[in-house]
Amino acid sequence: MLGSDAVLRSLELEGVDVAFGIPGGAILPTYDAIARGTTVRHVLARHEQGAGHMAEGYARASGKVGVAIATSGPGATNLVTPIADAWMDSTPLVAITGQVKSSLIGTDAFQEIDATGITMPIVKHSWLVQDVEELPGVMKAAFHIAQTGRQGPVLVDIAKDVQEAEFDFAYPDEVDLPGWKPPTKVHPRQVREAALAIAAAERPIIYAGGGVLNADACAELRALVDSAQLPAVVTLMGKGCLPDSHPLNYGAPGMHGSKYANWALNKADLVIAVGSRFDDRVTGKVSAFAPGAKVIHFDIDAAEVGKIRHAEIPVVGPLKLALAQLAEEVRAVAADGCAARDPWLRQLEDWRAQFPFRYAKTDGQLKPQTAVEALRDLAGDRDDIIWTTGVGQHQMWAMQYLVCDRPRSFITSGGLGTMGYGLPAAIGAKAARPDATVVCIDGDGCFQMTCQELATAALERLPIVAVVLNNGWLGMVRQWQEMFYDERFGQTHLTHAVPDYAQLAEAYGCAGFTVENEDQLEDALSAAFTAGRSAVVDVRCDPEEKVFPMVPAGAAAVDVMEAPEEEVRA
Amino acid sequence: MTAHTISVRLENKPGALARVSQLFSRRGYNIQSLAVGPTEHSDISRLTLRVDCSEHSLEQIEKQMHKLVNVLRVTELRPDEAVERELALFTVNVSTDKRAELVALSQVAGARVADIGRDAIAFEFVGRPDEVEAFEELVRPYGVRELVRTGRVGLRRPSAGGRTTPSVQV
Repeated sequence: MLGSDAVLRSLELEGVDVAFGIPGGAILPTYDAIARGTTVRHVLARHEQGAGHMAEGYARASGKVGVAIATSGPGATNLVTPIADAWMDSTPLVAITGQVKSSLIGTDAFQEIDATGITMPIVKHSWLVQDVEELPGVMKAAFHIAQTGRQGPVLVDIAKDVQEAEFDFAYPDEVDLPGWKPPTKVHPRQVREAALAIAAAERPIIYAGGGVLNADACAELRALVDSAQLPAVVTLMGKGCLPDSHPLNYGAPGMHGSKYANWALNKADLVIAVGSRFDDRVTGKVSAFAPGAKVIHFDIDAAEVGKIRHAEIPVVGPLKLALAQLAEEVRAVAADGCAARDPWLRQLEDWRAQFPFRYAKTDGQLKPQTAVEALRDLAGDRDDIIWTTGVGQHQMWAMQYLVCDRPRSFITSGGLGTMGYGLPAAIGAKAARPDATVVCIDGDGCFQMTCQELATAALERLPIVAVVLNNGWLGMVRQWQEMFYDERFGQTHLTHAVPDYAQLAEAYGCAGFTVENEDQLEDALSAAFTAGRSAVVDVRCDPEEKVFPMVPAGAAAVDVMEAPEEEVRA
Repeated sequence: MTAHTISVRLENKPGALARVSQLFSRRGYNIQSLAVGPTEHSDISRLTLRVDCSEHSLEQIEKQMHKLVNVLRVTELRPDEAVERELALFTVNVSTDKRAELVALSQVAGARVADIGRDAIAFEFVGRPDEVEAFEELVRPYGVRELVRTGRVGLRRPSAGGRTTPSVQV
């Protein structure tokens, strides 16, 4: 068998049904193997960054490993952003790149770049394969490492002559990785300690993050919340791991989280972190974060525990197991009595009633929040909706106003904050879940970074809906300029008019709609949902609208700023 | 901030050392010295790293290193439980009339003469890092032309008892 065929056989044996990529010189033999025949569906992207984000969207929607394929040199460098994104958000991703022939490596050959070197700080592991005999073992190890322990990206860089070499293919049954031993168990004594702390807490709060989704531990989290009546806040990356409509879910804390979620987290006496990592966008000023709280930290990655905030009770291990054991222990411990928690739960309800998300409608201006609310209402109780977003104001409004009651129904770029993530991630999610209605809520700045992938959506028959909250600006940057840079709006004005998104959509074979006022909103969104092909809705909205509440960078999270009163007179 | 010696058993694979050193620069830790070489197993190398950091940073360094696929074991070598040695080469200026004096001095200090030139002598010195520094002080008045140190290597003392256990259990 040829090395190139071995790449495809390995993907097939790993259960990969879709891969995303673009061919080029150094990966040509592998694309020839694709042309010769494989059960893997290849989705042809228009830019390697798009292919990488599609693989991420696929992974986040399905829970499986995403696969992106690119050539050497610029193909590999274009994959760097998605690899970094997958690294920051712990998304399982196998990136496969072609490399120049072994004899040319190190000579600055055409399209040669040190792909393993460039990506070293942003992968769990990587390989440069220069011997075809090593290829099956490397592929096996790549998939194993990407999805075990804390999930994340790996890179397999394969010299062109390796792809062209003939050998006897045998896929190993097991990996030979003596240095890779992610935890598979949880220390029962730590779980017991955690249960005792929970029983003693008067003001406990669960702080759940994306790790719960990755660990497939949503049912266990919900069981714990229900049985122990523990209130929870859920981060941007965790959205959907506990139903947003669950009465004990207080939503997202952090820079643009609600005041009640921030207060719930910061005024607690016990913070139970579950698959979350005390990101600066959540904590605000770390020294002022949850000052009166003891911390229990559940994580699969020992290095996250105690990294930012000391954990009095660290619990390292798989969350699915840990949360199931915790629920049992809490039940056992609670039999001996629990601290009175009703005043705290009443307090949280009071705060929620007192500080809802709010914005003012003004005549003649369509507010972006209105568009998100319309989308939320259109989705209603449907269980087939997957939302994706880019990064910025629209992402924060999506976080605030969308109701996600199912795991893997909200897909966004959290840690890296990658503008341009939303559209390709939506296409990847659609490839993973063809039955789903995939809706990308995007900003106009984000959309223009990867909008060439509309061609992929159209030609690969992966219909998605992109709703561009077009305020004509790099809105979040504009917001900071207005608030912190004396309203000097340097280089943030994109204009509403260029491009004309509806025409752009039509040019790519998609349906295009333009919404200029609230009256047109519902019809356009309904039409886009039922277009039978990919659709782009250009929602022209108020350029001056800002995201509130807001914890200014470096401030204590408890000092969250509400929208100025005059701006929210409804 | 305290200086710590960390001993790392590492798979002898391409790029393995780069992954370790990259991790230090990427997370902002400063390496004072790094020595690497083969061990009793041909496919395993041992790194001895000297870092100046807080206890909190040390814990982070150890945990982050454990996540590297090529890293087999990370152990802190505590001063009272470890044998630590360093090799240094010194080229010391010396005029013909002071040669005998310098050679005698170096022999008392435990150095060996590695080469003799017209106006300089090269010494090799093996010892604890503080002894290397003491020898440097000793010959400094003659004029040290060039100096190179390997950085310390270390092993746990057999007399400290027990098997070497990883300092981070994962």
